[in-house]
Parts: sequence; structure tokens; C-alpha cells
Amino acid sequence: MLTLNTVNTYYGKFRALWDVTMQVNEKEIVALVGANGAGKTTLLNTISGLLQPESGTINFFSDRIDNIETNKIVEQGISQIPEGGKVFPEMTILENLEMGAYTKEHWKVKDETIEFVYSLFPKLRERKKQLARTLSGGERQMLAVGRGLMSRPKLCTFDEPSYGLSPKLVTEFFDIIVKLREMGTTVLLVEQNVQQTLEIADRAYVMENGRIVSEGKSSDMLKDDHIKKAYLGL
Amino acid sequence: MEILTLLKSNKTLRTATIVVLILLILATLPIYTPDYTIVLLSSILMYVVLTVSWVLFSGPTGYISLAPAAFIGVGIYSTAILGDSMPFPVVVLVSGIVTIFIALLVGALTLRLKGIYFTIFTFGLLELIRHLVLFLELHLTGTRGRFVIAQDFITVYFYMLIILAVLLLVTFLINRSKYGLALRSIGQNEEAASHIGVNVTTVKIATFVISAFFMGAAGAVMATRWTYIDPGIAFNMFFSFMPVMMALFGGMAHLYGPIIGSVVFTYLEEFLLTKLPELYMMLFGAIFIVAILYLPDGLLGVIQKGWAALMRKVRKDNLGGNHANS
Repeated sequence: MLTLNTVNTYYGKFRALWDVTMQVNEKEIVALVGANGAGKTTLLNTISGLLQPESGTINFFSDRIDNIETNKIVEQGISQIPEGGKVFPEMTILENLEMGAYTKEHWKVKDETIEFVYSLFPKLRERKKQLARTLSGGERQMLAVGRGLMSRPKLCTFDEPSYGLSPKLVTEFFDIIVKLREMGTTVLLVEQNVQQTLEIADRAYVMENGRIVSEGKSSDMLKDDHIKKAYLGL
Repeated sequence: MEILTLLKSNKTLRTATIVVLILLILATLPIYTPDYTIVLLSSILMYVVLTVSWVLFSGPTGYISLAPAAFIGVGIYSTAILGDSMPFPVVVLVSGIVTIFIALLVGALTLRLKGIYFTIFTFGLLELIRHLVLFLELHLTGTRGRFVIAQDFITVYFYMLIILAVLLLVTFLINRSKYGLALRSIGQNEEAASHIGVNVTTVKIATFVISAFFMGAAGAVMATRWTYIDPGIAFNMFFSFMPVMMALFGGMAHLYGPIIGSVVFTYLEEFLLTKLPELYMMLFGAIFIVAILYLPDGLLGVIQKGWAALMRKVRKDNLGGNHANS
């Protein structure tokens, strides 16, 4: 579904991604783990078109999507749920959701999509007229996911969705991700919460210093000594 | 009767009716009011146009532009140059279109900057354009300033009124479309807006240009009242600061704010200028400082608070009455 081939991304002269090659298959949950500054967010931003790769190719199904604009990529079916939610604080929950359907085709069907999002997060329906800044951290994260789903994505990329959430909410959150996959959405999940991520993911990539250093089935990774030592503190 | 119930249920229709009524009343004013009122109203209308078009872009996005004077100046100079070769309506339209091109250039140059950098850059551009025109006049045409074909004050008034009506319509349409939402989302979190697929740069430049068109058109109309203009008059930085102050004074939470702000502010200026010419600037400054310190949401905030308090009181009285009955 999504294929990256030797992708290199720079911030000015600083090389942030080094020959990244990876693949996400339909209906998979793929985890991308690694320490702070390993390049995980850069990778997601490169996929969603916020950053342009210097070299390498990114394909979504059969189309090249490197070097096309973010709005086109969203239209094709990739939705990124940014780190920390980044909801629009002075807009109502309804307006936040509507913004998620901003691209042309999705705007036409936004009312149906909103109903779908409400069915997933009933709390958002109750508070649809409330300003987003009045929500708690967990609710904001929910809203961010709801907003991301408004473009009816085939592939959802999550940037640290569990960051700043209480353990109970983190578990709820991972349940939602599993549920999304059951409904047919493919998930690329960036996380620092390695243990729980690997438990729900099918496959995982490990990033260090802008490079993919290992990949494999999540179940194997959980047993891997290096992973255990570096990320699970075992 | 049916119309009344429809008006009661549909808020948009109600607002539209009120606005159209006010515009109609303004349109008939010249028949029965003294000339002086019309001249004063023209100034007020000009500032309403400037402030509303400034808020159209800077309000939702939070990009504080100090470029208005540049756009007004371009409108003024376009009229001065074209005034004797074209009919007046065409002059106004062409001036607006020339402003669009300048705004496209300014927008493309500045709208990648954020916060204070954007503000200072727009201000710098104003000065740059002013000096450029001055330079061209000195070295190319060998002139200093220009005469403008004058129009009578009634014409000026009606053109300003038409520009305002169109501006209000455009603002209303933008605010309720998805582009209005997109503009607000840019002001609140530009990064998230682009994540969603908002083409941030295009939306910003398009709105900046629309707002500039109205400033240019307003400048074009006002130029005919001054009859003589030079770069200092046309590109006066005063016109960059006034819309900002009027918007702050009125409050930006709703479209009423800038309108109320510019009406009250312009009238206040005129009043102080005629009644207390020596103290005018001092009092004006003092009033503005007090407004900033004590009216964080502008006049609009005061009105809203007053209205809410009144409503509470009415409700309480009603409740009290019911208790007495039972």
C-alpha cells in the first residue's frame, strides 16, 4: 500500500533521514519506534508531504506521492494525526471536525462522516458546540483522531498518540487503534510506548539517528534482546 | 405574517434584512441631511471599509498587517494617473485590480513570515513603495505629486457605500464558507491546518489580496476628495495604524466589532478635532490607552456583557413574576 524507497530528507544541510526503505501493507498496524530525535516525526511529515524528500521515492498504491502537496496526499487517503493533537482551541468541536473534511471530495460527505466519528466517540457529539480548548487532554486527542478520520483515510499515521495521557487513557487509545484496523483502516503508528505498541502491531521498524536499524514481526521484536535492553528497560 | 415568522426563525436572514435596511437608509440620507453630515459619513464609511477589510484577513489569521497604507496609496495613485482618461467607475475598478497585483507580490514575499516578522516586513514594504514612487517621480517624470480629477461629495459617498455593501457581502460569504473556517484554523494552529490538507499559503494570499482590493478601491474613491496628492499623502502610515486601532477598539470577536469601532472612533476623532483642536491628539491617545487597558474585548465586549446582564435581569424578573403568581 505504502512503499518508501531509499528516502532522504534534509533540514537545510542537516540530513534527517538516511536511505529509509519501508513498506506498509493494507490493513496492517505497523509500528515505528525509536528514541527522541531518531527521525520518526520527520518520516511521517515526509510521507504526508509537509517535508519534501531530497531523493528516493514514496508510492501510495501505484501513485508517486513524494513531491506532491499535502492536500493532494490527504485527498488520496493518507491522514496524519499530529503529535499532541494540535486541535484548534478557539473553534467548536463540530468546526474542528468539519475542518478535517476540508478537501473537496470529503467536504461533500462531511455530515455522514461526522455521524461516523460521533458513533466512535460519543463524547464528541455531546460537546459538539463546546470550544476545543475546554476539553481535557484525552478528549483533545480523541478530537484529533476524529478530525483525522474526517478525510476517510485509507492509511492513518499517528504521531505519539499516547503522549501525555494517563495509563488508562493510553490503553483506551490502543483499543481505538485496533478498532480502526478492524474497520479496514491501515495504521502507521509512531510511539515511545514500545511495549504496548508492539503488542498491538503486526510489524515494526526501529529507527536510530535517521536510519531504519531493524525491522520484523512485532512478536519477534518483543523477544529481541537489543530491543528489550534499549526500549523496554528489561 | 409568514415573513415575520421566517425572520424570527432564520438568524442569517434576520441579520441580512437589518443590514440591507441600514444600507438603504444610508443610501437615502443625502436627500434630507446637510452636506456636512454626508462628508463626515463618507469618512466614516471609508474607515469602516478599511477596518472591515483589514479584519477580513488579519482577524482570523492573526497576521497583523501594516500594509493597508500601501494598498490605499496604490489605489490613490492609480486614480491620479488614470482619472482623466477613463470614466470614474472604471477608474475605481482598475485601481482595485492594480492593488490586487501589488498585494499578490507583497503576499508572496511576506506571507511565509510569521508574527512580528510579518508585521515589520509589511511596514517596511509600505516605506519601500512610498520611496519608490518618490524616486520615480523625481527621476522619471520630474514631478512632485499629482492633481486628481475631483468628484462631488455625493458621488464619493455613494461609491463608498457601494464598496462597503460589496465588502460586507464578501466578508459574510467567506466567513460562512469552509475558507472562513480554514482562515481561523490557520490563526490557531497553522501546522495542524496544513496537516489537514489546507493549502495554507494559497488561502492566506487569496484572502490578503481580496482584502487589499477593497482598500485600493476605497483609496481610489477618497483620492478624488483630496484633489492634490503626493507620495507623503498617499502612502501615509496613519492609514496602516488606523484600521488596527479601530479593530482593537471595536473588538474582533464578531464582524460588528470593527464596524462599531470604526464608526465610534472616526466620529470621536471628528468631534475632538472640531471642538478641542489643541487637545485633540492628546485626548485621542488617552482614550485609546484607556480602551486597550480596560476593554480587552473592545466596545463589542462591553456591549455583549451589557446585553447578557440585561437578559439575566429580564429572566430573573420573569421568574420573580411567576413566583408571585403561584
